[in-house]
Amino acid sequence: MTKADIIENVYEKVGGFSKKEAAEIVETVFDTIKETLERGEKIKISGFGNFVVRDKNARVGRNPQTGEEITISARRVLTFKPSQVLKNALNT
Amino acid sequence: MQGTRKEEGSVTKSDLIETVAAKLHLPKGKAELIVNCVFDSMEESLKKGERIEIRGFGSFEIRHYKAYEGRNPRTGDPVGVHPKRLPFFKVGKELKERVNEAAQKKDTKDQAPPTPMSASG
Repeated sequence: MTKADIIENVYEKVGGFSKKEAAEIVETVFDTIKETLERGEKIKISGFGNFVVRDKNARVGRNPQTGEEITISARRVLTFKPSQVLKNALNT
Repeated sequence: MQGTRKEEGSVTKSDLIETVAAKLHLPKGKAELIVNCVFDSMEESLKKGERIEIRGFGSFEIRHYKAYEGRNPRTGDPVGVHPKRLPFFKVGKELKERVNEAAQKKDTKDQAPPTPMSASG
């Protein structure tokens, strides 16, 4: 499934606007989610899951190819934790 | 976004609905139907075992886990864990960079990164 399929679904199931408008709306939904995460805030979608940003400290890693030690800098990463509802839905 | 008992630094689905409604000048009820439809579509797709790819955001795929014998961590009793399917999210390159770069900029500006001890990970 791609964004185009989601747009198609919104167009067919919600209705009341053109396909072009549906595309703009879906785009806005994802843009809003991205802006929120960029600010370092988490997004909680009940029934689906939480998108959480976490700060990682710098650590020493290794180039798996050469075995050379390298410092992995401190960074902020995004993780997704699926809700229990979604997990159950996938296993019934 | 002015929810009544809003947790600091956290945005819920209803906050998202309100923001989308405000940005597009849509009635809130309509925005709610749309946002729900987006996540319902993704759930349906995952249920079918499909992979979802949202460019600029990330991708979801189903990972299959075999049955294994686990243990109740409190009592140590063995428990059979059934095979299961779990969704796995991989962040897209663009969003990955945006999230990290915003954090780097913020750190140099206000010099208030979390203390090393509190940043669990």
